Amino acid sequence: MKFDLFVLPFTLGLIFLLGYLTVKYAVWYFKLEKTDRSKVRKGFFSVRIFSAIKEIFLESLLHRRIFLKNRLLGFMHMSLAFGWFMLIAVGNLESRIYQPAEINPLYVPIFFKFFHANPDAFPLHSVFSFVMDLLLLFVLAGVILALAKRLYSKAYGMKRTTRLMTGDRFALASLWLIFPLRLLAESFTSAVYGGGDFLTASVGSLLGNILPVSSLYYPAWWAYSLSLGVFFTALPFSRYMHIPTEVVLIFSRHLGLAEASKRTSFTDIEINSCSRCGICLDTCQLSFAGGVHNIQSAYQLKAIRYKQIEPKESFNCMMCGRCENVCPVGIDISSIRMITRNELNGRAPDPTFQQQPVAQVHHAEAIYFAGCMTHQTPAIKKAMQSIFTAAGINYWFMDEMGGLCCGRPMMLAGHREQAEIMIEKNRRIIFESGAKTLITSCPICYKVFAKEYNLNIRIMHHTQYLLELANARLIRLEPLAGNAVYHDPCELSRDIRIYEEPRKLISKMVKLIPGDYEKDNTLCCGNSLANFSAANEIRLSVARDAFEKLTAQGAQYLVTSCPMCKKAFEKVADVPVKDIAELVSRSMHKDQPHTITANRKKEPSAALVIH
Amino acid sequence: MIDFGYKIQTDRQIDYDANSRRILEFVREGEPSVDWCMSCGTCASACTAAVTTDYSLRRLIILARRGMEKDILDSVFRCRFCGKCFNACPRGVNTRNIVYLMQLAAIKITNHEI
Repeated sequence: MKFDLFVLPFTLGLIFLLGYLTVKYAVWYFKLEKTDRSKVRKGFFSVRIFSAIKEIFLESLLHRRIFLKNRLLGFMHMSLAFGWFMLIAVGNLESRIYQPAEINPLYVPIFFKFFHANPDAFPLHSVFSFVMDLLLLFVLAGVILALAKRLYSKAYGMKRTTRLMTGDRFALASLWLIFPLRLLAESFTSAVYGGGDFLTASVGSLLGNILPVSSLYYPAWWAYSLSLGVFFTALPFSRYMHIPTEVVLIFSRHLGLAEASKRTSFTDIEINSCSRCGICLDTCQLSFAGGVHNIQSAYQLKAIRYKQIEPKESFNCMMCGRCENVCPVGIDISSIRMITRNELNGRAPDPTFQQQPVAQVHHAEAIYFAGCMTHQTPAIKKAMQSIFTAAGINYWFMDEMGGLCCGRPMMLAGHREQAEIMIEKNRRIIFESGAKTLITSCPICYKVFAKEYNLNIRIMHHTQYLLELANARLIRLEPLAGNAVYHDPCELSRDIRIYEEPRKLISKMVKLIPGDYEKDNTLCCGNSLANFSAANEIRLSVARDAFEKLTAQGAQYLVTSCPMCKKAFEKVADVPVKDIAELVSRSMHKDQPHTITANRKKEPSAALVIH
Repeated sequence: MIDFGYKIQTDRQIDYDANSRRILEFVREGEPSVDWCMSCGTCASACTAAVTTDYSLRRLIILARRGMEKDILDSVFRCRFCGKCFNACPRGVNTRNIVYLMQLAAIKITNHEI
């Protein structure tokens, strides 16, 4: 068996890393709920494991999702991950072919060139030398790109990169040193003993002329082994924990695990899978339009992982889901943020919630739930009522008197239990009314009705319902003058994806201009209920930025389907902002004198002038 | 004693020196816009929770300024965070954050953390 003292740092580092990971993952497994544990056990021997392996190959090694969005960044990640993996795999193959009979400790393939500097001819010897040099060059290209990215991230289309922590610096420095040191060690060896191929042999002969290679080659192997040892030891405490954990995450996702309403081991796996690549930073509207740079998902996940979470930062997020949409690891960031808020703010529900009265039940075919925000935009409420009457629908306006709340705002505030009391009360009266359809005007309410209420009736946002009425010819739409751009409210996009219904409906009335920021890439209006901390000025600047981007192509009106967005845009807009229901109501009653007139450009509100 | 139809009322003055205004100070630190509030009551008139309870943000802010902790603790958790008060506020006060911070202060007071 081959052995030399210098392999110790590498070997000890690797043993530490494997031991640490085994203990950590075992703890996570045993902390899982019983049902989840059985899912894992059963799934492990099913065909789902193959789809998991395929995704691991595509994402953890090739980084396909990053590559599709940003070629250069994708190539950088791919050359480091896939290149290194191939170096290990091909190196192992090479040493096994060379010495099939001998015991082959883990370190031999890594330090193959040291133990067999100029091996006797064995099958495919020259091919292996060439491939290994090629792979090393491939990885080195990734290292150079990574170095360049730290110095000049703009070239990669990234305005910002994440700030590093001490543990990260150690790991990063040792990671960047590994491959240049390997190149030096192999080149020096090649200069002394021969062997190597186009890269190591030529670098070796070049350096051999200017450096005392025979005395340098042994220290170079020590340095290489040390850098590996340091990297493996620092890995579990740095962001590079994502390398092994992302594999675990993909497996557990394919085996059917998901985020729940409370923190589980799956949350821990997701938090540790964040590589802090920084792709979420540039997509955050609070960052590029609001000037807030410390709350983005990479930082939040880091703060949760190291238990440094600050309520001020946790509650400064609009939960628009734009970061989740671009996350190459696919971390369920919104759920993790909700869980964190609940942990920060959770307390027993206020006793008065049980006793609060709710609405008097009416029996009807359909229920209309306007939502709190719609009560502040009465035009939407009136439009919906006139449409219901015109179409001859037997409906009950459930929250006509106000005072009812769907519960989502309270969940966003971290009072889940309190929200559940209200949900239960609302559920009961919805059941008692015997309605078949629930129509809401507010996307915030729609989301919580669809996701948390477990109602066995149809739940529709009014965009869907109005299209259905128009298609069934219960309402007659006349074309209106002008063109419009449609703004997808966050709560109806990305997660829920109601994209086609509003567009079809608007196209029946006015000319619809397609925009750059639509569907999955939609912008938040800035007035999100999820954000507690952001000041009024920040919200206004987010709204202004979003409005400019949406109407860049000169639309005559901005149409949206969320009362909250309507209110936010009205503060900054110089074209009329209309809800889709108002447009429908106007188009139905076209002969009447009321016309859509341009809003006066609003002066900045008093609060802005004072401060 | 001759009954003139008058009686001596119990003292209803608010003793500013005796009351602690730690809730207001805690809120102000996290949300300075609490000082912009002019107690106009628009928030309370827009409030969803006020339909079924006696909850009022205007009252809460006045109570915090007076340092009347017990009254705050009694009603601050009735808020539903629907955000209508924020839309209604003529001064642009970040109302939901004020309620959130008051709740946090109330939790901290019950846990003897402040």
